[in-house]
Order: sequence, then structure tokens, then C-alpha cells
Amino acid sequence: MTTTDMPRPVDAGRGRAVSKKRPRRGAGSGGIRRAVSATTLLWLLACLYGLPVLWFVLSAFKPAGDLFSYPLTLVPHDPTLSGFKAAWESANFSQYFINTTIVCVITTILTVGASCCTGYALAKYDNRWLKVFFIGILATTMLPSEVMLAPEFLVVRDLGLYNSFAGIILPAVLTATGCFMFRQFFLTVPDELVEAARIDGARELAIFLRIMVPLSRPIMLTLAILSFQWRWNDYIWPLLMLNDPDKFTVQIGIQSIVGAQNINWSVLLGASVISMIPLIAIFLVFQRYVMGADINAGLKD
Amino acid sequence: MTKRAPDVSVSPPRRRSKYTLAPLVLISANVVLFALFFVWPAVIGLVYSFTNYTGVGAFQFIGLDNYQTLFGDSTFYDALSRTLLYTVLFVPLNFVFSLLIANVVVSKHAKGASVARVIFFIPWLLSPIVVGVLWRWLFGENFGLVNYIIHEFGGSAVPWQSNADLSLLVVVMAASWAWTGFSMLLFIAAIKNVPVSYYEAASLDGAGPWRQFISITLPSIAPTSFIVILLNTINAMKEYPVFVALNNGGPGTSNNLLVQYIYETGFKRGQIGYASAASFVLMIILMAVAIIQLIVNRRVENR
Repeated sequence: MTTTDMPRPVDAGRGRAVSKKRPRRGAGSGGIRRAVSATTLLWLLACLYGLPVLWFVLSAFKPAGDLFSYPLTLVPHDPTLSGFKAAWESANFSQYFINTTIVCVITTILTVGASCCTGYALAKYDNRWLKVFFIGILATTMLPSEVMLAPEFLVVRDLGLYNSFAGIILPAVLTATGCFMFRQFFLTVPDELVEAARIDGARELAIFLRIMVPLSRPIMLTLAILSFQWRWNDYIWPLLMLNDPDKFTVQIGIQSIVGAQNINWSVLLGASVISMIPLIAIFLVFQRYVMGADINAGLKD
Repeated sequence: MTKRAPDVSVSPPRRRSKYTLAPLVLISANVVLFALFFVWPAVIGLVYSFTNYTGVGAFQFIGLDNYQTLFGDSTFYDALSRTLLYTVLFVPLNFVFSLLIANVVVSKHAKGASVARVIFFIPWLLSPIVVGVLWRWLFGENFGLVNYIIHEFGGSAVPWQSNADLSLLVVVMAASWAWTGFSMLLFIAAIKNVPVSYYEAASLDGAGPWRQFISITLPSIAPTSFIVILLNTINAMKEYPVFVALNNGGPGTSNNLLVQYIYETGFKRGQIGYASAASFVLMIILMAVAIIQLIVNRRVENR
């Protein structure tokens, strides 16, 4: 819960009325030279950001014996999947993978559902309690869960959710980001649409379920991707909540390999790369929903 | 907040107070979660910070003792000052790089920007734990790629792990690298919203690209800049997983940060009351940051 919705009101409408086109700065002046220098700078930076991942992933394909053999080579001599196999089979990693998937999918579904309902109510209704709750949600953005680790742990324990997936899932469902994203979206839906449905005699919840929910599909997808990512990458909360190794998540599994006396780099690299796959795959498929999203409203949780 | 929202709505929201049940039903799930997992912990956290509660059994109210102990605890000060140092290094580094990259990515002169954008974004997808592992792998003292390259160029191995300051620096670089993609997206959106006519007018007046950046881009994206700084400050103050995976707050305990301190006292030593007090100090810092940012932001907006 670390969000703020500041950027939205600030950015909304800012300059948009004037033009949506990219700024074409200094068009024509010194054309080719600028193109070359801009492209060079861009790709130098891209290498700076891309090479660490490339080196890491390619290293994972090296046989364990080659990991530290000098001279270091970027591309493995004889690539092997043995590191991945060892990681997958060792220390219940496949179980962790399944656990994390279950947690992420359930949390994501609940987050999207709850945020959609709340966002719609905040956008299309007007009463005192909604205003109070809106301020409450804003407050959650100021207090990240890290600040309340100990008391939150006690609450979840006292609810009898310690060492259960529910203990990880439920506290994560309410996200300010999600509510704000949906609120923002529903504000752009004309009120006339709701009025027309009311005149036709539709009941309030039916309007929401039949008209508004289908309209908000793109936002749902965006939030689903973000939510899945947050939960997949969570570390500290599952670490506190889970006691039973059979319930561990991938991140705890990886950290336990790092924490071992002697790091087994072959297994660690394999496990880390495997853990990256779902997110990268989802991102590459649904790229435009993340990159194009009005992510100003939806900040990291 | 609510007041300013109508900017974006097509028609101004009308009073519809006759509908009470439907909105309350819609928000009910989140209200329950809010009460259970936000209000309740916040309240008992504040209460426990004045007690010697250990997580089980009875406890006594001990007034401000926890806070007094906290301010006499050199470990706490070390964690606090390390956290502040980390924040002060991380936030500007992230800011400069993400702004630079955002500008290059939107530049019409740069070829392949859409592919490069994905490359910049991928580190943000990785979990902080994997980011830590990855940079540990790069900056290993005896085996890492970076020391190997330094060696190839005739340098001697740099103690990335055993020198406390260098080890903090590696975390700063790692976290900045990982967060660039996100800040970049915010900057790209802001830069694209700057009216083209501004640049055209500046070109006619003979302003070069640097001049245009300073006089047009930077002031126009000021609100976004503040958000980026605010979010990154908050994120830096509560950083933990990258440290854990990269060097576990090492060497020794020299880079234990606040959240790690809270975790260790609260959960490893069972001093829930004391950890709650430390949490509230962190909370006060975060709220101060947020309030300062809000004030500055408002001032910039009204200018």
C-alpha cells in the first residue's frame, strides 16, 4: 500500500488539449548528426541496463563447473539446462512455484474485483461515507505495510491466519492504486450512461455489473498484471506469515539459497531465472497494457 | 482531492445522495479489509509502542521508555543514518537516469526506441530478491564480472562486499537500476504532455536542445518530478529485500537499514513493543517527507 494519487489531478488535462503529439524538438536542425548521437546514447544506456540481465541469464546456462572458470565468457561454451533442473528439483522449488502461482492468482482476482467495485462507487456516487473512506484509502498510501509489520502480524495471527495462504492474500487485497485506477477510469465514463440505464429501470448493482464491469476490461487487465507482479515479487510479508516450508513462496526459496553457508550459484542462478519467466512472459504479451496505461494513477504497491 | 477530480470527467458529478445502499455495498469488501488490516494494526501498533509487549502473554504500559531506549540505541542511529544515506544517494541517481532515459526514448531522433524502452523496463519486473542476487553475481569480489573487467583493464579487485561503503553503493546502483523503468514511464507520460508549440516557439527563437530542456521540459514536468522524488524517497526508506539478497546488510551489520532493524528486533528478538516504537519513528519520517512534498508541489502548481 504505497501509492499516492498526486500525479493524476496534476497531469490530467495538462497540455493535453493543446496537442497529444510527441514533441518534435528542433526538427530539421542538424538532422543526421543528432539522429546518430541520440541513437548512440539510447543504445549505450540500453546496454547499461540490459547487459546485467543478459549476463545473469546466460550464466544460468553454464554448467556448474564453468561458472567461475577464467576467462569469463558471455556466451556459455556448451549451454546446459542442468542448473535449472537442479533448482527445480532441489528444496521443493517446484512446490514454491505452485504456491506462489496460487497466491498470486487468487490475490489478483480479489484485488481486481474489490478495486473495481470501490473505484466505481468513488467515481459515480456522492455521499459522506464515500468521502470518509476515500480519505482512509489515501491514508494507506502514506503508511506502507513495512511500517506496521509487527502489529499487522499480530492482527493476522489473532485472526487465526498465521501460516496460511489467506494470511498472505487478504491483507494484500485492498490497494489504493487499484481503487484509484478504477475511479479514474469511471470518472471518464459519461454519467448519462448511468442515467439512461436508470430511466430504463435498471437497478444500481445491475448497472454496475452489466454495463460498467464490461466497460472496464482494459483497466482490469492492467491492474491484474500489476497486482500479479507485486504479489509474485513479495518477500517480507510471506516470510513473516509462513512457517511451513511446504507453503513457502518462490522469493523465500531463492533467499534461502542465498542465505546458505555456501551459495550454490548454479542452483541459485537457475532458480532466479525460472522465477523471472512468468512475469517477463506476461509483460511481453500484455506490454501495451502496462506501458500504455495511465500508470500515473497506478503506482507501485 | 475529490474537488479537483472533475477535471477529467466528461460532465460534472451531480448530487446523487439518494443512493446510499448501492455504493456502500460496493465498497463493503474494501471497508472490511481496511478496518482489519489497516486501522486495527495502526491502533494496536501505537498502543504497543508504549508497552513492553513481546507478542505473547501479558504486557505493561511503560510510557515513553521504548522511545527513550530507541534514541539512546546506537544500532538504531546507525540503521537510521544508513537509511538516510541510502535515500540521499538513491533518489538523485534514479532521478537523473530515468529522466535522461525518458528524454532519449521520446526523442524522434533515436532509432529503436520502442525496443530499448522494453529493455529499460525489464529490471523493474524483477523481484527485489532477484535484483539482489543478480547484482551480487555481478559484483562478487572474487568471481564477479565487474571485478573481472577491472582486472582485465589492469586494475585490482575492488572489495565490493567487504567494504561497507562500497557495499552500500552497490545496493544504490542495483536499486536505481531496478527502479528506472518505472520512473521512466512517469517521465515519458509527462514529457509527451508538454505542448509541441512551446518547443516550436523556442526553436524559432534559436534555443538549442539543452536550452529547451532546461527552460521548457524541466519546468513543465515539475509535478511529475516531485511525484518521482516522493515515491522514490518512500521506497528507499523502506528498502529491505534488495539488501537482504545482495549482502544481507553486510559486511557484518554495517548496512542494516531501518526495516531490517524493525524486523530483527520485532521478530527475531520478540520485542514487539520496541519494534512498534521504531516503526512509528519511520512512519513520522515518511509522513514528514510526504507533507513537505505536498507543500512544495502545491507551491509549484500555483506558480
